Amino acid sequence: MTRTEFWQGNIASAEGALAAGCRFFGGYPITPSTEIAEHMAAKLPKRGGVFIQMEDELASIASVIGASWTGARAMTATSGPGFSLMMENIGYAAMTETPCVIVNVQRGGPSTGQPTMAAQGDMMQCRFGSHGDYAIIALCPASVQEMYDLTAKTFNLADQYRVPVFLMADEVIGHMRERIIVPDAVEHTGRPAFLPGTPPFKPGAGLIPGFPEFGKGYGTHVTGLTHDERGYPCATNPGLHAALVKRLVDKIESATQKLADFDVVNPDAEQIFIAYGAPVRTVQQVIHDHPDRKIGFLRVRTVWPFPAHALALFRCARRFIVPELNLGQIAREIERHAKVPITSVPKLGGELHTPAELFAVWEAGA
Amino acid sequence: MRREVRFSGFGGQGIILSAVILGRAAVMYDHKFAVQTQVYGPEARGGASMSAVIIDDEEILYPKVADPDIYVIMSQEGFEKYGASARPDAVMILDSTLVHSRPGCMFYEIPATAEAKTTLGRDIVANIVMLGALVGYTHVVSEEALKKAILDSVPKGTEALNTKAMELGIALAGGKKQP
Repeated sequence: MTRTEFWQGNIASAEGALAAGCRFFGGYPITPSTEIAEHMAAKLPKRGGVFIQMEDELASIASVIGASWTGARAMTATSGPGFSLMMENIGYAAMTETPCVIVNVQRGGPSTGQPTMAAQGDMMQCRFGSHGDYAIIALCPASVQEMYDLTAKTFNLADQYRVPVFLMADEVIGHMRERIIVPDAVEHTGRPAFLPGTPPFKPGAGLIPGFPEFGKGYGTHVTGLTHDERGYPCATNPGLHAALVKRLVDKIESATQKLADFDVVNPDAEQIFIAYGAPVRTVQQVIHDHPDRKIGFLRVRTVWPFPAHALALFRCARRFIVPELNLGQIAREIERHAKVPITSVPKLGGELHTPAELFAVWEAGA
Repeated sequence: MRREVRFSGFGGQGIILSAVILGRAAVMYDHKFAVQTQVYGPEARGGASMSAVIIDDEEILYPKVADPDIYVIMSQEGFEKYGASARPDAVMILDSTLVHSRPGCMFYEIPATAEAKTTLGRDIVANIVMLGALVGYTHVVSEEALKKAILDSVPKGTEALNTKAMELGIALAGGKKQP
């Protein structure tokens, strides 16, 4: 039996994680993500899980990585400066192919910025924030329901691809309360199986190695140094380094179409909005308020890897309009894929675009 | 029909909780759609606080309140910041103990903080008195739904006090003539 609740987005995210079998949360509370930590602190111990408040965000993500190597589904949640502090070990997780989930309830930056206001200013940071080349997966929720559903999904993706997966929420979606239908159960897929006797970092299907969980008798060496298939440091072999880093990127980018999660509205429209996160709600309102106008909409849930192939579904496109709560971070990503002009509609300050603002942009080009 | 309710006061009065209770009443007990949002600063108490609820029979898309139909105002600063620009056909319920100004729209005066203190002995429940008055005047949710949502949301041991506060608010609304 599903049930109806009136939940805050952050609580829905925590509940989605619990439903997905998350059994470790290591974090350091920070507005506007704190309710996730609070809720996990209250609920995890009762489910046989571990909640630990670490001394800072560097240690928080480190604890999550350690927990993940024991086989546990592990996560943290943060925002703003806390996200910046996690960057080094996020790279470590990418390099060591450690499944982990990082929820970022984005607030206004840079620095301490606007702790209680919404932003989407970390979209490039989640993709490129740690040093070196690597790839990650990032999902963006636009409702309390999606805070639940997509958080649950991040755990499956992290396990399947052995990669850090980000739920890139924002203060509006994290803090608002609305109706949610809580399912009985969520899909729970596992990590690629480790075949005893094979080198632990030898890639299997989809360029992804099997996961040799700690405590199961496999003596696996895990290092952030460039390593060979046995997991041993091998940091001066140019070819080996190039192949490893290329594989870390390719295992995600080659799965772009499989990972894609988007909706298409009015595919024969000439002017198309593209949005993710809270601005989705404004675009939906614009379409609702103007049923007589052909307003196209590509509503994106998987932002990284960006589903560039979706742009071609709009065959009559004359331009794409991209409202974001930043200065046009994903608009630039779209620009490099699109064959028609892009209009970036940036908004800073912490408030959403109003429906009238966005309709005016569309109308000006009609 | 979409109805937008804005609550404002100072941090510590339970402005956000009021909106959470109203939204909960609409969703869980009146089986409608509702979205609750808030604006607050990094300070824990004292600053102007605002929260809002949208209630609708259909799914709510844009989640922010721009031009409320209904205001519940519990501080002078809250009035100036979030209530003074109410449109002429809006309805405002104000705590006349704490708000000196009066709006251009229709308004009702409820001395919620004074009544909570003298009648119930606890001014902390002034926000629940205001919720009772809100429902008494506007029927934006049913009384039954409001009561259940209040009981879901208040600390254990305070149920009777909060129920009385709600009933006091409804009575104060019923006892008033329109201005």
